[in-house]
Amino acid sequence: MGIKALAMKGMVAGCALAAGLFATAAMAADPIKIGVLHSLSGTMAISETTLKDTVLMMVDDINKKGGLLGRKVEAVVVDPASNWPLFAEKARELLQKEKVAAVFGCWTSVSRKSVLPVFEELNGMLFYPVQYEGEESSRNVFYTGAAPNQQAIPAVDYLMGKDGGEAKRWVLAGTDYVYPRTTNKILEAYLISKGVPKDDIMINYTPFGHADWQTIVADIKKFASAGKKTAVVSTINGDANVPFYKELANQGIKATDIPVVAFSVGEEELAGIDTKNLVGHLAAWNYFQSVDSAENDAFIKQWKTFIKNDKRVTNDPMEATYIGFKMWTQAVAQAGTTDVDAVRQAMYGQKVRSPSGYDIAMNTNHHLSKPVMIGEIQANGQFQIVNQTKAAIKADAWSPFIPESAKLTADWTFPWVCGNCAEPKYGKLK
Amino acid sequence: MPFVRLLSAALLFVTLLAAPARADDAAFSAALSGLAAEGFAEKAAAAERVAATGDARALPVLQAMEAGTLFVRKDDNKVVTGAVNGREVTLTDPLTGATLGTVASRDLTKITVNNALRSAISAAVGRLDLTSPDPARRLAAVESMARNATPETAAKLRDALARETDASVKLVIARAFARAALASPDAAERLKAVEELSAVQTAETRTLVAPLAKDPDAQVRAAAEALVAAIERREMLTAGALTLFQGLSLGSVLLLAAVGLAITFGVMGVINMAHGEMIMLGAYTAFVVQEAFRAFLPPGVFGLYLIVSIPAAFLVAGAVGVALERGIIRFLYGRPLETMLATWGISLMLQQVVRSIFGAPNKEVANPAWMTGAWEALPGLVLTWNRIAIVVFALAVIGALAATLRYTSLGLQMRAVTQNRSMAASMGIRTGWVDALTFGLGSGIAGVAGVALSQVGNVSPNLGQGYIVDSFMVVVFGGVGSLWGVLAGALSLGVVNKILEPYAGAMLGKILVLVFIILFIQKRPRGLFALKGRAAEA
Amino acid sequence: MGPLTSRLLALESRRGWSVFMGLLVVAAGLVPVLHLATPPDSVFHVPAYMVSLLGKYLCYALLALSLDLVWGYAGALSLGHGAFFALGGYCMGMHLMRQIGTRGVYGNASLPDFMVFLNWKELPWYWWGFDNPVWTLLMVVAVPGLLAFVMGWFAFRSRINGVYFSIITQAMTFALMLAFFRNEMGFGGNNGLTDFKDVLGFPMQATGTRVGLYVASALLLAAGYLAARFIVSSKLGRVLMAIRDAESRVRFLGYDVTAAKLFVFTVSAVLAGLAGALYVPQVGIINPSEFSAANSIEVAIWVAVGGRGTLVGSILGAFTVNGAKSYFTGAAPEIWLFFLGGLFILVTLFMPKGLMGLAGQLKARIKKGGVPVAQNRNA
Repeated sequence: MGIKALAMKGMVAGCALAAGLFATAAMAADPIKIGVLHSLSGTMAISETTLKDTVLMMVDDINKKGGLLGRKVEAVVVDPASNWPLFAEKARELLQKEKVAAVFGCWTSVSRKSVLPVFEELNGMLFYPVQYEGEESSRNVFYTGAAPNQQAIPAVDYLMGKDGGEAKRWVLAGTDYVYPRTTNKILEAYLISKGVPKDDIMINYTPFGHADWQTIVADIKKFASAGKKTAVVSTINGDANVPFYKELANQGIKATDIPVVAFSVGEEELAGIDTKNLVGHLAAWNYFQSVDSAENDAFIKQWKTFIKNDKRVTNDPMEATYIGFKMWTQAVAQAGTTDVDAVRQAMYGQKVRSPSGYDIAMNTNHHLSKPVMIGEIQANGQFQIVNQTKAAIKADAWSPFIPESAKLTADWTFPWVCGNCAEPKYGKLK
Repeated sequence: MPFVRLLSAALLFVTLLAAPARADDAAFSAALSGLAAEGFAEKAAAAERVAATGDARALPVLQAMEAGTLFVRKDDNKVVTGAVNGREVTLTDPLTGATLGTVASRDLTKITVNNALRSAISAAVGRLDLTSPDPARRLAAVESMARNATPETAAKLRDALARETDASVKLVIARAFARAALASPDAAERLKAVEELSAVQTAETRTLVAPLAKDPDAQVRAAAEALVAAIERREMLTAGALTLFQGLSLGSVLLLAAVGLAITFGVMGVINMAHGEMIMLGAYTAFVVQEAFRAFLPPGVFGLYLIVSIPAAFLVAGAVGVALERGIIRFLYGRPLETMLATWGISLMLQQVVRSIFGAPNKEVANPAWMTGAWEALPGLVLTWNRIAIVVFALAVIGALAATLRYTSLGLQMRAVTQNRSMAASMGIRTGWVDALTFGLGSGIAGVAGVALSQVGNVSPNLGQGYIVDSFMVVVFGGVGSLWGVLAGALSLGVVNKILEPYAGAMLGKILVLVFIILFIQKRPRGLFALKGRAAEA
Repeated sequence: MGPLTSRLLALESRRGWSVFMGLLVVAAGLVPVLHLATPPDSVFHVPAYMVSLLGKYLCYALLALSLDLVWGYAGALSLGHGAFFALGGYCMGMHLMRQIGTRGVYGNASLPDFMVFLNWKELPWYWWGFDNPVWTLLMVVAVPGLLAFVMGWFAFRSRINGVYFSIITQAMTFALMLAFFRNEMGFGGNNGLTDFKDVLGFPMQATGTRVGLYVASALLLAAGYLAARFIVSSKLGRVLMAIRDAESRVRFLGYDVTAAKLFVFTVSAVLAGLAGALYVPQVGIINPSEFSAANSIEVAIWVAVGGRGTLVGSILGAFTVNGAKSYFTGAAPEIWLFFLGGLFILVTLFMPKGLMGLAGQLKARIKKGGVPVAQNRNA
């Protein structure tokens, strides 16, 4: 990426030059620094590199438009190398040494958990752009990805409905880590509440990067041969998906027989798979590249121009990054400062018209209200939206389907001012 | 709206006057325009209506709909079929078959289908196919209808049975009726149905027949129980065979991953941590060759890209291997652990090189058509072609390698240099050159393995990292320096892993295999096939 | 002066002791003072992130030192040393989890958050006692020590050495990684143990705690160094070096090779475990990826870069490589792997004795005026 980096530098320099020519002395003030904390090497680089580029694209865009508060925005990129303790170290470096105003980063839950104490200690602000298991609401994190109720439950509803084929038997297959565990737990409770017998639910966990899916795909086929319409809910993560889908296709599992709905497979993942034999399998997200909206057309164009590759696709975490960045710039403009406490207050209720074609709003639980879309895989590696919610759905930070979590509320405004409380902090103040 | 009604009546009158064929036209056209409906359920109903017209033009329309090439023209809401070419679509009128010219895709709305609709269409297409002159099409149609049986389809099937001449199609229809007859109130009918179905020993039949094990009639009960038991016996056998195949297939993947290492590490003693990256280079070569085929050659020969990739990957990875040996590794002979560090450094750099050139995300390497799908060897025993190909390929690779070592002069020199370097040198063998070629051979083979592994897994810069630990395990377990050890080691580890997996789960199964390897090495520190003599002590 | 004291004093020359004490004062004393006592904008100020970074390096240095003890002196390259480090870390992590008490997100006093969340009803038996710091310390020593003893007993008894030993230790750490990834194991799966609140009653985020942990790491490293020096300069140490150079001969001479190797391997694992235990509160998380084979290989690289079989070299190597990593991942995030990979290749090619051998190499070069080419060809 040496050439690309050079080009980037050239572009930034060009922007600076242009800004210097046109702007007043205010522009010469110190730039506003933001941190980009995405793995550029190691196992997570596959997914996270794209998000780093998305942030750089947004920074480039805002600088072209004259910067923020009359100052240039400068991205400080570091590589935490898919190494969780290194995430914490780099977060500390960004906040203490680079004094960044906000950080855009993390993909895996464990990386977020690793940096969380650092952000809370140093009162930083992290924008986390990936769908995750919920069960968290930190004062110092804004979660712009989906919570389980914005992905999993609508997807299952769809498959249970007439359009989705009225599935009666369910396979919940996932990678063995916290996101699939939680999602499956929520889904199991939900399915049972809908009258699905326990025998009709099969749960299966596999290790990270699982490559040999023969046994499990054969098991799924066997489970589905019981005569009831069967659907697979996949929370299989990252790398393991390619061999999984290859095995599905080759063992001849057609979407019309056993549809597979995935929560971690988007356009970028499909770009690594030949989708000709996967047509009709599904994914649930808050955004697809195939969304028909003016904002989306502009977003796709901006991305392809920035990355200088017409074949690159956009996906949900990129859109979440876009929303996070836009909201942050709006909040900074509104607060008139990059001070974390002031910006945080300005974030609540902040609205962005997103590429999904909806107005996305930030709630006081630090999560977004987003639409849910269900898409079917097409032969060209894109999704065709077959179902979407009429309005944006508000994220539950705490799932009502997990007994311990149902008691908790996340609300960072008065009188709650708390991310995980059973009663308001200032409730007794009258 | 009386005017509209009047107008349509007039139109109808005109059409009626014109010709009887036009009457069909109106019905077909009306059914056709229904396909442009909003909801999937409405579209499904419209597809039913289109099929019900029995019109010869219905089939291509439904097939176009299923393939996603049926559109609504935004100007006049006309349903048209189109051939998509980039952003342009060439339109055809499904009514007349006339070409309607080329428009931009923006001017059209695609008639979208989802899974439920796709099933409905294929059932409708099936019904149309029921009268097809091709017995294979009729067979498929009957099978699809038998699966989604309704009273209405039963009547259709009865008609079809009367018309049918082909024996195998007749059989399928008869069985479909037998399946329905299982629920008959007449015990004799039920018994006959069970007997008829005993020829179809599938899991599906078991599900259908199993309730009859509680049948009030003793004869039916006995027959049903016998049939279920027979099916279960067969299932056990197929499950066993399937596990064996899965094990062999996993073993072949391990074998391919390890066989290059068996040369660089096993024969030369270089702890080659960059071995995985050689596999990765091979996989990326396959990707590049594939892209070249897509860009420059007609689609007809696309399936051959994989064949071309094999020598290409061998050359690319082999050349990198020779360069590494000459540039770095040759200075480190006799210091095995230092080579480990240097090759680890090489591995980091190669990953970053590939990441810089191709980008971090996964690359798509498609299975050629001849490697997609599966072969149903027996009912329930589904062997996928790509896995079969990999088993065969792995055996071919190791066979070729063994032959190279045994019968070629390079092989002879390689063995001579490994066994006694100074003696080989004094016999006039250019040991340095042989070292380079040996390392190149091992790397090249790893590259070839990469081509094969690209067919079952990811192609990403991290590809090699996933195989490196496994490869070392296989080589050490099999016996360092022994090709047959690697073969036996890889296949047995694969099979053991697959036997354990259903009981212990994928994760625990792998852990148990690792523990087994550790314990095995305690017992036989030199692996399955230990080299004897002085060389082994070095 | 007792015999032990005099033995201890004889570990280093007079100059060696002064260097050692000097470094210890700088590491354990000066850094905290500069952090606490200088104003943040002063040139001499050591910022907080630097203190925790250095604390982390100190733990890595102890880990590298422990590997150098078995690899550099007994010739057994363990590619599973990361496992001992991680086990020590997990023991500490479990203690810190128990210290959270009702401050977890679900406010459950008897179960850690991840167990509440996965519907565990009670604490598994192996979590027993981790409320108690003394028990924890015992486990930090015992768990890695016991594992090393068992592995070593099996391996050394069957005379597994060289590459085979490396590979089975690698298999061990890989198996442990897979095991700890399993959520059923009760160690938090992939997320591991995190969200710690305080250590021995001191809040984790306080400056004092951070400095305290840093000083403890420095002192532990110093103690570890002295212990290792004590072992290698004893008679046992000489037997070990003889084993490294010609194992069969030592065996034929009647020494108990198995016992000697087993002893040093166990001690080394304990040191690694202690390093892990101090590492966890400083980075705030322990997760199964610490068990990954790549991590253990990296430890071997630190030792090789510094200079194997020198003890000091391993510490130097750990600081150099990790310092380079920290610097380049920030300064050149897109291409830092080229620097790191290049460093490993150059060190092995041109500095066969690592950084510690550099001085000698340079001297030789000045004397001969030739280029120091690495020795090649096997013996």
